[in-house]
Amino acid sequence: MAKTLSGIAKLKGKVGVAWEPREYLIEGEMIRRFARAVGDDNPLWQDGSIAPPTFTLSIGFEQFVDDLMKLTTFNTVLMGSTEIESYQPVKRGDTITVVFKISNLRERKGQMGSMAFMTFDSSYKNQEGELAARCRQMVIGY
Amino acid sequence: MSQQRYYQDVRKGEEVAPLVKVPTTRQLVMWAGAVGDYMPIHYDQEYARSRGLEGVIVHGQLAGAFLGQLMTDWAGEKGWLRTLSCSYKGMNYPGETITLRGKVTGKYVKKGEHLVECSLWAENPKGEKTASGTAVVVLPSRADKKQKGREGRWARD
Repeated sequence: MAKTLSGIAKLKGKVGVAWEPREYLIEGEMIRRFARAVGDDNPLWQDGSIAPPTFTLSIGFEQFVDDLMKLTTFNTVLMGSTEIESYQPVKRGDTITVVFKISNLRERKGQMGSMAFMTFDSSYKNQEGELAARCRQMVIGY
Repeated sequence: MSQQRYYQDVRKGEEVAPLVKVPTTRQLVMWAGAVGDYMPIHYDQEYARSRGLEGVIVHGQLAGAFLGQLMTDWAGEKGWLRTLSCSYKGMNYPGETITLRGKVTGKYVKKGEHLVECSLWAENPKGEKTASGTAVVVLPSRADKKQKGREGRWARD
């Protein structure tokens, strides 16, 4: 057996364990800022009342990444893949509850030293308890 | 926006009108702020090189969001992007053109919804696919006389 690579030792205990839910109030300017960043001039999002389906990627992401970085010695994370299932639009005034979970973690030796391939799932429920979206993403940390 | 597209209009093999983007370093900063992704490989040239990259790279998720825009533009105001799935296969660099493309691979009705499947990809100026994936789009049907419009689908009264 290969020796456990120290970069993800703490992360291993987190696999399959859901993060504490976090709530985010969606403001119109968050939606508009997102659409401007994409350069998406679709009239649907311009007044900030309805968010594009990919907007869910932004909800709670910063805090999750901050949490991850505290559990690893990696300083670079590349995105490997993104899957989004959007059941209904996120809207201005929604309170979205986000739950993250690491569903898979593998380690490998790469050109830049030890690398972690991590898959994480996230769910997004609105204030009515309805599932607005789910995401699954894979990242490579090294 | 172009005219609303309906399920009946769509043919398998049909191409999705391409979307062309030329992300600047400014846009990467805007994306970093909008999503909260402050990895320095997206804004610090020297740091990016020290991590084995040619220079700062476009956020993978931004390429994903471009593919999302490709499909929401195509689906129109009464359509919706139900699923988007993409893998990031190569790097995109700021200042380089990214062309987002798609093709219809199938269509079907499931639980009353009119769904269209597409394959999607992002091309760099060399014609290499830097991202690829699939999407499922919900389109309105011409057969549905009581078609829910924007208000019908999205109002929560």
